[in-house]
Amino acid sequence: MSPVVSASRLHKRYRGFTAVDDVSFDIDGGRCFGFLGPNGAGKTTTLRMILGMTPMTDGRLSVFGLPMPAEGRAIRARIGVVPQADNLDPDFRVDENLEVHARYFGIPAAEARRRIPALLDFAALSERRGAKTDTLSGGMKRRLTIARALINQPELVMLDEPTTGLDPQARHVIWAKLAELKAKGTTLLLTTHYMEEAERLCDELVIMDRGRILDRGSPRELIGRHVEAEVIEIRGGDDGTFAAFAEARGCRLECQGNSLYCYSRDVAPLIEHLRQRPDVFYLHRPAGLEDVFLRLTGHELRD
Amino acid sequence: MRGDWTIPRPGRGALAVWQRNLRVWRKLLAPAAVMNFGEPTLYLLGLGFGLGAFIGTMSDLSYQTFLASGIIASSAMMTASFEATYSVFTRMGVQRTYDAMLATPLTLDDILAGEVLWCGTKALFSAAAILIVALLIGAVAGPQALFALPVAFLAGLAFAGPALIMSAVATNYDFFNYYFVLAVTPMLILSGVFYPVETLPEVMQSVVHLLPLTHAVALTRPLVAGLPLETPLLHLAVLGAYAGLGFYAAVVLIRRRLLV
Ligand SMILES: Nc1ncnc2c1ncn2[C@@H]1O[C@H](COP(=O)(O)OP(=O)(O)OP(=O)(O)O)[C@@H](O)[C@H]1O
Ligand SMILES: [Mg+2]
Repeated sequence: MSPVVSASRLHKRYRGFTAVDDVSFDIDGGRCFGFLGPNGAGKTTTLRMILGMTPMTDGRLSVFGLPMPAEGRAIRARIGVVPQADNLDPDFRVDENLEVHARYFGIPAAEARRRIPALLDFAALSERRGAKTDTLSGGMKRRLTIARALINQPELVMLDEPTTGLDPQARHVIWAKLAELKAKGTTLLLTTHYMEEAERLCDELVIMDRGRILDRGSPRELIGRHVEAEVIEIRGGDDGTFAAFAEARGCRLECQGNSLYCYSRDVAPLIEHLRQRPDVFYLHRPAGLEDVFLRLTGHELRD
Repeated sequence: MRGDWTIPRPGRGALAVWQRNLRVWRKLLAPAAVMNFGEPTLYLLGLGFGLGAFIGTMSDLSYQTFLASGIIASSAMMTASFEATYSVFTRMGVQRTYDAMLATPLTLDDILAGEVLWCGTKALFSAAAILIVALLIGAVAGPQALFALPVAFLAGLAFAGPALIMSAVATNYDFFNYYFVLAVTPMLILSGVFYPVETLPEVMQSVVHLLPLTHAVALTRPLVAGLPLETPLLHLAVLGAYAGLGFYAAVVLIRRRLLV
């Protein structure tokens, strides 16, 4: 099967500044593909180029096998978009937002009204269908934006930081909805700077920083490839004794902010050592994408 | 110059944008009606009867008829100018409505064509309201006045073009003050709405004949007064040129602003 999105050597330059620098990737159908990267990595710019909302400076892009930008209209007709910043229409009620958006896709009003109840149900907003959008909470707005992105029954849904700014509960609700969508065979493309989100949802992801792709793979592959299995994080650092002890046992150490990260395949002796150090506050956890990111870039994901 | 200078090719999507605006307008019908009927009523009763008592006739028309026909044209200008500046700027910027639209099959050409059509429609609505008020005070000569409505629509398109250019280059709402003070208000005062253009000095007259409102008034007045039109094709051509060239320039500039 040919990929849903195929990008080859994409570049985006703003005057002197390169926002996206030689980025290539293929996204297969029915999967969740992620762009993980910190602020300014070029995630939104890449998404906008896929939609034809930002012209690319250089490179080749095809979506559903159609060339972008030549077939922009036809391509966008088959995509649903959840933008980074909510742009619901404040002049309309919840259900009207869906109706009006359907018109932009040329969906007849009767057909739109037929689709809306199921979408409101999916977004758990049936009760609020008559509410003005500016009376909705952040989480509700996000769910409405997702419902809106589904009005055209898209084959591909692109979500730009779908859960940024939401509380953990609202975030979990969104994750469940996205898993539901994926189970129905919709291809998902999402950007995030939450490694937990990427780990949970993405089958495959690319790690981006400063406009470049640093590596790609499944979360498991990336972790296996770049970091040791387990991490001990010392918050607030230590006086040097632990660092020396760990180093002597062949552990890899990284300093970041006022935390010391110690990566190892066998942490038992280290834990033993720390048990006798009540003054040191430590955290022991399996390695994650955040550690991969730190390894690849030398700086933390959240900045 | 850099930028995408391709001739705009709007499609049916423009109608979806037009419908969206109509739908918002319908929600705000009450305040819109107060505005559309209240203002001209004040003008026609206040100025029309007040000044009319002194003036009697102007250019061989009753002053009410003279003024009503002028205000029909100038309200088309006002309505379209406000819509294509403040309202368009809001949808394009703060409200991010265009961002949402551009992620659908709509193109910028569709969106802006829809906006311009909407400006024309709104101009027609306000002209219709004034025509009704004018009819009630006996300032309308006959059914020929109905043709003032399509003229108001065209005038709406003509004023939408330049106003849209202002939206393309504006950095904030205050910027529009320049446009209204330096372009819209002078037209309102100089283009024959309140008194005939012929009373102006010759030099001024030749400048005033370049302005779209002058031509909108020149078409509207005989239609409302039941008189034969003079050089209608010229007037239509000027309004059409403002609409077409204004739209084209605005599309090029807004492409440069949004599609980056
Ligand atoms: N219109 C523009 N003009 C100039 N520079 C821009 C423009 N849009 C984006 N950039 C720059 O391009 C870079 C990438 O921006 P982009 O929005 O794609 O990042 P991002 O990965 O989505 O970040 P975030 O997590 O903050 O949303 C940033 O440095 C940004 O300042
Ligand atoms: Mg972004």
